[in-house]
Amino acid sequence: MGGPVPTEAWVALSAALFAIGAIGVLTRRSAILVFLSVELMLNAANLALVAFARQWAVAGTQVAMSGQTVVFIVLAIAAAEVAVGLGILVAIFRDRVSTDVDTLSEVRL
Amino acid sequence: MSDPAAWIALVPAIALAGALINGLFGRSFREPFPGVLATVVAATGFVLSFVAFVALQGREQAHVALELWPYLQAGSFDLSLGVMVDPLSVLMMLVITGVGTLIHLYSVGYMHGDAGYSRYFSFLNLFIAAMSVLVLADSFMLMFVGWEGVGVSSFLLIGFWYQTKANADAARKAFIVNRIGDVGFLLAMFLMVATFGTLNIAEVNAGAVGLAFGSGTLALIGLFLLVAAAGKSAQLPLQVWLPDAMAGPTPVSALIHAATMVTAGVYLIARTAPLFSMTPLASAVVAWVGALTALVAALAALGQTDIKKILAYSTISQLGYMFVAVGVGAYWVAIFHVFTHAFFKALLFLGSGSVIHALGGEQDIRRMGGLGAKMRITGTTSLIATLAIAGVPLLSGFFSKDAILAHAFTSIHLDGYGTYGLYGVLLLTAALTAFYMFRWYYGIFGGTSRMTAKAAANVHESPATMTVPLMVLAFFAVFAGYLGLPEFAFPNWIAHWLEPATLGELTEVPFRHPAAWVEWMLILASIVAAGAGLALGWWIYAARKGAPIRGLAEGPLARLSRSGLGFDAAYRALFIGGAEGTASGVAVLDRDLVDRGLLGLGTALTFFGRLSARLQSGFVRAYALAMFVGVGVLVILVAWMGVRA
Repeated sequence: MGGPVPTEAWVALSAALFAIGAIGVLTRRSAILVFLSVELMLNAANLALVAFARQWAVAGTQVAMSGQTVVFIVLAIAAAEVAVGLGILVAIFRDRVSTDVDTLSEVRL
Repeated sequence: MSDPAAWIALVPAIALAGALINGLFGRSFREPFPGVLATVVAATGFVLSFVAFVALQGREQAHVALELWPYLQAGSFDLSLGVMVDPLSVLMMLVITGVGTLIHLYSVGYMHGDAGYSRYFSFLNLFIAAMSVLVLADSFMLMFVGWEGVGVSSFLLIGFWYQTKANADAARKAFIVNRIGDVGFLLAMFLMVATFGTLNIAEVNAGAVGLAFGSGTLALIGLFLLVAAAGKSAQLPLQVWLPDAMAGPTPVSALIHAATMVTAGVYLIARTAPLFSMTPLASAVVAWVGALTALVAALAALGQTDIKKILAYSTISQLGYMFVAVGVGAYWVAIFHVFTHAFFKALLFLGSGSVIHALGGEQDIRRMGGLGAKMRITGTTSLIATLAIAGVPLLSGFFSKDAILAHAFTSIHLDGYGTYGLYGVLLLTAALTAFYMFRWYYGIFGGTSRMTAKAAANVHESPATMTVPLMVLAFFAVFAGYLGLPEFAFPNWIAHWLEPATLGELTEVPFRHPAAWVEWMLILASIVAAGAGLALGWWIYAARKGAPIRGLAEGPLARLSRSGLGFDAAYRALFIGGAEGTASGVAVLDRDLVDRGLLGLGTALTFFGRLSARLQSGFVRAYALAMFVGVGVLVILVAWMGVRA
């Protein structure tokens, strides 16, 4: 094996991770695992971003930095979201000793 | 402000401060305090007015113009707000604050124990503030502010006991009828701006003198001003609100609806004297409106049985006299009558208040009589006021009323508009005045008691805060007339004092000067008229033992008189009926069309809301699936349609 891994492979991996994450969000009932799947999707997107950024850098364009910058923003927002989300989760858990999202349906008419 | 005459400009501010203190914090004050505070405020106003009065004496130019603030600047139109201190405004201020102080003092006793004690004095001070703005204003704009201000305080005080619907209705009636007059005021101002380009009173007057004598524009402005004045001063055909305004507390009737506010219309016309001196047509309409009002109101006063309504119609009638005076061009005479009338009419009202107070709220003179012996001060002072208004010689009302009659008789300004007719109507009214005032006095104080024994046992003279104002006013009701003795034979201070303020050096209104014996005959005629009225009253009510008091209250003519000659019924048929019909039609439309439509719309929206609420299953994963499907559809769409740059 020689030379760098082609961008297509990175994007395919990113798509696979995103699909796994999406399936996890849809099928898991534990809020923790839903959360985990969401993180997986976010990082799939991050992977795609850095992959394209690297491709641009190889092509010698200055724009390369912007993809990586966005990744940092995503990371920062994800961290904030985790802080808030986990807080909510802890509160829910204290209330009902379960994190099953299907039981959280009180707002239904 | 170094000129002491200009200190009078502080009166509105002080009175407004008094109104605000009593209005905002009055509830936490103990009883006499709000009344004492308001009285001190009014007395301060009187002191400042008196200072201005003294400061103006002996000046070459008895006129201080004080410009306060710029207000409106638009193109060539430039209006600033200021104060005009001249003999006319100072004399009015003396009456307003002087009589006002006495009535504040009287109210301290009269309103004792009322739940709205501090509210009452707040409104009373508000009135003093608005009225002094009206009088001191140097522009029609600022005068209009005061004009509306007195209207508001009048409204608030007529409806002071608003828990009774009749009182609230009377307040609204006064306000609505006054709006009609206000439209006249506004139209007059518009026309002044269009004609003279200014609203400053002195500039408008100077501009009016510059126009052609008798020009149509001037007549139109004059007629609009008359509409305004007729609304505020309860002249035909807008007189209907004043009798109902008696629903307010009696001191209010004395201050606002007898002595001061209702004379604002006379003041307005006297203030614009140069303008009216240039238009005999508008002046003639003013004079005839006044003369007919005087007669109609005197006829209506004959049949009233309410102690205050007799006086209300009498006020309308006396205001009619003042309108005749300004109409024929005798502006100082009108203000002279405002001056004397303020004293004796306030005294009559305060005397009525004292009687009502003593009888525990009774107002029907058919259930009074014989009170003179039990209430000596009230009875004596009321007798003085009755004789003064009836025109008994040497009392104040005689001099001012005789001056009006004489000037109506000798007018040159209204030649061709029936001056002798004016004189005849007024002379007849003078006799009627003496007659109904005798009926008023004798029905209350004279003869034998028609009260129940229980009511009679409780009769007592009023406390000193009420009797002292009565005595002070009685003094002026006797002597105020000596400021304006008949000009042809005696020195006349008030004409000399007011003439420069009303007409200035701009213009003059001529009068015939008949031989002295004619003048004496005119005086004799008014004495005979007053004497005839009083004698007829004595013959009917006293000599025939009061039987006709009941007789005059019955029968078709008496009913016509008591209904105020049917004006209320006519207005109901002409205007109110139509308005009520339209209103109920609109109400049906509103209920059956607009309301039902909106309710139906609401029902439909609720239905769709319930339908769409089904989508909210409450399952988080279902929402996530919907989101993914949505994003997927969007991606496919974009891929299929391509991205447009």
